[in-house]
Amino acid sequence: MLEIRSIKKVFEAGSINEKIAINNLSLTLEEGEFVTIIGDNGAGKSTLLNCIAGEYIVDEGRILLDGIDITYMPEYKSSQYIGRVFQDPLKGTAYDMTIAENLAIAYAKDKPKNLQPGIRKSDIKMFREKLSLIQLGLEDRLNQKVSLISGGQSLAMTLLMDTIVKPKLLLLDEHIAALDPKIAKKVLQLTGEIVEKEKITTMMITHNMKVALEYGSRTIMMHEGQIILDIKGEEREEMTVESLINLFGKKAKHDLENDRILLSR
Amino acid sequence: MNIYTLQSALELGIIYSLLALGSFISYRTLNFPDLTVEGSYTLGAAVSVMVTLAGYPYLSLLAAFVAGAVAGSITALLSTRLKIQPLLAGILLMLGLYSINLKVMGNRANVNLINHRNIYSIFEGTIVEGFQTLITASLVLAVVLIILYFFLKTRLGFVLRATGDNHVMVRALGTNTDFTILLGLSLSNGLVALCGAMIAHEQLFADIGMGIGMVVIGLASVIIGEVLFGTNTLLRRMIAVILGAIVYRLIITIVLEFGMPATDLKLISAIIVAVALSMPVIKEKMELAGRKKANLRGGRSNAGN
Repeated sequence: MLEIRSIKKVFEAGSINEKIAINNLSLTLEEGEFVTIIGDNGAGKSTLLNCIAGEYIVDEGRILLDGIDITYMPEYKSSQYIGRVFQDPLKGTAYDMTIAENLAIAYAKDKPKNLQPGIRKSDIKMFREKLSLIQLGLEDRLNQKVSLISGGQSLAMTLLMDTIVKPKLLLLDEHIAALDPKIAKKVLQLTGEIVEKEKITTMMITHNMKVALEYGSRTIMMHEGQIILDIKGEEREEMTVESLINLFGKKAKHDLENDRILLSR
Repeated sequence: MNIYTLQSALELGIIYSLLALGSFISYRTLNFPDLTVEGSYTLGAAVSVMVTLAGYPYLSLLAAFVAGAVAGSITALLSTRLKIQPLLAGILLMLGLYSINLKVMGNRANVNLINHRNIYSIFEGTIVEGFQTLITASLVLAVVLIILYFFLKTRLGFVLRATGDNHVMVRALGTNTDFTILLGLSLSNGLVALCGAMIAHEQLFADIGMGIGMVVIGLASVIIGEVLFGTNTLLRRMIAVILGAIVYRLIITIVLEFGMPATDLKLISAIIVAVALSMPVIKEKMELAGRKKANLRGGRSNAGN
């Protein structure tokens, strides 16, 4: 489904601030796979998602989605196949337009942007049904502006907007990190439900190891721009948060030792 | 103020509401501070006057719209493709258009339409002759308002409106924002040029300097309208912008009636917009000062007890 072939991304190459954000990374995702991504700050998790989405263009390597080469595809084109939910709820909605209008824009994602009416009567019914699934009472507020609803509500709505037309790939970049715990849990549950029901291939970054193991079917750990751990199936089921942290310490330390060897030469 | 000055203010207000709608598209729906307006307004007037002199007054309005749209699209391309800052892109167009406008008018600083048929002469000799400007301008405005409203309610209109709100989202939902900005600025400057054309027909001449201050007038109308008449729904907001243009024109008329020299008008416009733009901050500061005062007073009386 998604095939990442040894990609590399360097920021400010050649300068004193040169940072290798992604270093020769390869990854293959099967159809319907739900991968959770963990790793320390600066491990390259967000950069990886940004490269896939086309916001950054990789320096080396190839990215294929369902056989289509999206390596150099501009963001607005690849986004026809990819759904993205950002951490900042404001990034996912047009706040000065109504809830219905926002959903309509999302629903028209794979349709030509022509002079057809933006919203039809039949759309309204469908929007209402979809909104009632997330149980936030938004189905009765279709004609209110998004600026009037809370951050959690608008994030849940973004999730709905990104899946209303089934994407080939869904990218979630710590999408619940800015929410209060109660709403965060709800949005996370909702994420699990939608992804499972629609069988969407998904990549989700999280800082919470428990969440990383609880949700999805596969977990990868990143460190210094590389994947240092990739678990699924039985191995993953037996994994606890503690053993994961231990493993991370070991793997990351291993790298540290490598660095030392390099430096001492 | 007599009834004739009032009627004249109303007529001008209605024509200038086309400019206000143009500013509304660029400034509000695209969030793009567009200075092209100063040049495209004059361009519209110049093109329209020349086409009218050639004998096609009505066609001249269309020609003006198209010319303005082309100017707007160049600003959009400079900004989106070449990454020139929006303000600077507008300034470049404004400067370049000055020369182009002179060329359009045959290297003259002004061209008049006296003794030529213009768009308002359609009602000449009929019973409503005294109101011909008012009726013609209202008709054009009504057509523009209806088309624009329904356009902004289409799929294309939706992504255009969302661009100013959140261009990240628009791209993430599969639309090229370079395109929506191009479309929006073309539409916006087309309307501004149409306004310039209709003003030229009203005053019976086009002048190279007539565009000066039009950005500010457009903005003033949008802000006054939104503050006075609300922004709840799209239709309400658009009508508010139109009423804003009319109110602005009434204010100017009243100021002139009080004996203010016409040469001070631009200063007055600048002050009105500065005040309108700073309204939210001033309001907030005053509320804060009020709370502070109440709080301190409360604290002192508590201490006294």
